[in-house]
Amino acid sequence: MNGENEENCFHCSLPVPRNTHYHVEIDGVEQAMCCPGCEAVAKAIVDGGLTSFYQYRTDTSTTARAAVPEVLQELTLYDKPELQRTFVSTDDKDIKQASLILEGIVCAACVWLNERHISALPGVIEFRVNYSSHRARVRWDDTQIHLSDILKAITSIGYLAHPFDAGRQEEVYKKERSNALKRLAIAGLGAIQVMMLAVALYAGDYSGMDAGLEHFMRWVSLLIATPVVFYSARSFFSSAWRDLKAHQLGMDVPVSIAIGLAYAASCWATISRSGEVYFDSVTMFTFFLLAGRFLEMGARQKAGQAAEELVKLLPAMATRITDEGDETIVVSELLCGDKVRIKPGDSVPADGIILEGRSSIDESLLTGESHPLAKSIDDKVIGGTVNIESPLVVEVQEVGEDTVLASIQRLLDRAQVEKPSIAKTADKVAAVFVGFLLVLVSLVAFWWWQHDPDQAFWIAISLLVVTCPCALSLATPAAMTAATGTLTRLGVLTTRGHALETLAKVTHVVLDKTGTLTKGQLALESVQLISDSTEQQCLDIAAALELGSEHPVAKVFLSNASHPNTLVAEKIEAIPGQGVTARINGVQYRLGSASYVADIDTSAHKPSLHSSEIFLANDERLLAVFSLSDILREQAAESVQALKAMGKQVWLVSGDNEAAVSHIAEQVGIDHIHHSMKPDGKLDVIHKLQAQGEIVAMVGDGVNDAPVLAAAQVSIAMGGGTQLAQASADMVLLSEHLPHLVDAIKMAQRSVMIVKQNLSWALVYNLLALPLASMGYVAPWMAAIGMSASSLVVVVNALRLNKSVDD
Amino acid sequence: MEILYILIPLGLLVFAVAIWGFIWAVKTGQFDDMEGPAHRILMDDDDIRIPNRHADHPGNPQEQAAKK
Repeated sequence: MNGENEENCFHCSLPVPRNTHYHVEIDGVEQAMCCPGCEAVAKAIVDGGLTSFYQYRTDTSTTARAAVPEVLQELTLYDKPELQRTFVSTDDKDIKQASLILEGIVCAACVWLNERHISALPGVIEFRVNYSSHRARVRWDDTQIHLSDILKAITSIGYLAHPFDAGRQEEVYKKERSNALKRLAIAGLGAIQVMMLAVALYAGDYSGMDAGLEHFMRWVSLLIATPVVFYSARSFFSSAWRDLKAHQLGMDVPVSIAIGLAYAASCWATISRSGEVYFDSVTMFTFFLLAGRFLEMGARQKAGQAAEELVKLLPAMATRITDEGDETIVVSELLCGDKVRIKPGDSVPADGIILEGRSSIDESLLTGESHPLAKSIDDKVIGGTVNIESPLVVEVQEVGEDTVLASIQRLLDRAQVEKPSIAKTADKVAAVFVGFLLVLVSLVAFWWWQHDPDQAFWIAISLLVVTCPCALSLATPAAMTAATGTLTRLGVLTTRGHALETLAKVTHVVLDKTGTLTKGQLALESVQLISDSTEQQCLDIAAALELGSEHPVAKVFLSNASHPNTLVAEKIEAIPGQGVTARINGVQYRLGSASYVADIDTSAHKPSLHSSEIFLANDERLLAVFSLSDILREQAAESVQALKAMGKQVWLVSGDNEAAVSHIAEQVGIDHIHHSMKPDGKLDVIHKLQAQGEIVAMVGDGVNDAPVLAAAQVSIAMGGGTQLAQASADMVLLSEHLPHLVDAIKMAQRSVMIVKQNLSWALVYNLLALPLASMGYVAPWMAAIGMSASSLVVVVNALRLNKSVDD
Repeated sequence: MEILYILIPLGLLVFAVAIWGFIWAVKTGQFDDMEGPAHRILMDDDDIRIPNRHADHPGNPQEQAAKK
């Protein structure tokens, strides 16, 4: 029926494979589906009366995986009290509460769909999804429904839910966030009130005002500014105090001096009914600075939440073999010496050594190696990697902090601490400036004290206020905040303050191959036919042989074969790391690597170096050779060219073999390549470049890239990459669109230009105001206006960065 | 201008109420999800109330069965 190949799956928008017959009636119209998974999900949605989901959604859903009964069975393990202990809290006898991480949320309609579907289940008291963080909170009555039923219901509509322990990081973030919000709100509301009174006071200065009223307004301003200074601005004071204790002069020191002195002088002026008040400047200044810091914190937390999900690399449960038989236990309870059984498709729970069985292990998350490795008895397996073909029995050797995964995380922590920071130079300049200013103010005050003691205090205050480094200290954060906002709209998340500044100065862009330049998925590149069978016939035979295999190679064949595949293979036998053999219609076929079919003549075939080749043979002869390779991302070549045009050196550093790396490098036009690199080798490459004084931007995606990402001066992780990589990166390319990397560099350069303009403006202003104020020509109210105006110029200039890169 | 002596303290009162309101909002989690609610309001289940739409709503199992 769905003969034409152009048709796309109504649920996930992937092309519908040839000759398939999956369809679901939605709102009276028969809609084609690409696979049984999507069909089941769409059916569940229709049966739940939730078809409005398809009208509301603004993005295509992820392809649904058919629910395997074993997986559903495994979900029931989440009902075990010993496992629930870590993530479930009990409110009332039977009312329980848990936090879930939801995978597959692409738009707001997904949130709606989940909330509708789950809340309708009997026994579910509350189910709320947080769209920003993709977390859900569920409360249920354990006498009516179990957690596993809720998880199953989520699976049935095409999403994946993992319970997680919200206790640790989440609570800290929430507290940090709500404290910052409260500070910001009080500073903002206070600034509005004080500003209103300040306008009246300025007008009063100009046209005359009843002295009593003026005094009253000053007191009210003092009253409002007090919580702003003592509550909202407290973080500046405490951080300045920390700096001073460490014998440093950071930006927070002048900020605190300015806020503190302006506030103290204004209080003194109010009480003694003399001089000028600066409460408006104090509150506005606090508000602007807090706003910048709040935005930065938001981006950092978003990245930090990603790190939390790293825990998912390790499975929650393991099957331990005991004398009484197999038992399922929580991974944290595993001990060294335990024997565990690992089924195909499961993750390895801890580092260990294989006692029984042969299988292939997918280590791509840890090593970046795109093909699974064959492992047999006495080989080591690493926790977090995935067993692919056949069951294994493993003796646990390392648990918890001693595992490879934990050591990568430690490596990462250290690299983050050692990170070279250019941002510190701005602080150093400020420190010198502040030191100079404090000395100068004391000298000027001393001189006036000798000559005109009445004037001395107010001239010193004017001098301090007029030269207040407000504009200077706002110059960088204001521009960075604006640029960060614009980039976030493009899908580039900036997680650390210095990232943009460093990115603008980058000389070398180092790219990883798998998952960064390429999509990290195998695809059929070409088929070389040796016999007279057609391409489709060979693909169908291969698919029949690979049916039911978890191997990534199998997925390529299964997606390219006819649907439904009429060929049925009997007696399928997989030889790990080699290939698979089976009987179809009385003929014995073999599918596998070159060595697996070595006994027959393969001379008719032209070997290819860059892609992996899979040979299909029957008893007598070779039938076909399939070339599989990783597909390049869209516009990868254009992006590399654009980077080169900007004068950047582009390097390719990969863990893959030479042929594969140089093939990709040729396609995108990269001249410098490093192949077969282990994580420490990559680290060396970066360190060597850095030793030559180059500034390196590293773009990567895997766990193996994490230490390298942390070591580079500025690092960018791909949005689809592993969470650990994202957590160690300064920026995350959420869009996974390589041209956005070029945009980000352009944006960074523009923002650095704006920062320079801002800094020079602030310096020129200060240099002009300084002598005038020292000579006593600047009245304190003029100083206040000057200070506010100079800050305003800086902020308005920074707002120009809100425009996108192209205009 | 004596009225200002009353109006400004009244303004202060409003200021205090605004702060209290804001802190209440932060505490009750109104700022936890800044994107979701904007979409959520557009997706309410008002289908049942719209005549001649969705005859196959789960509220009507017989009708749904009859259709198949």
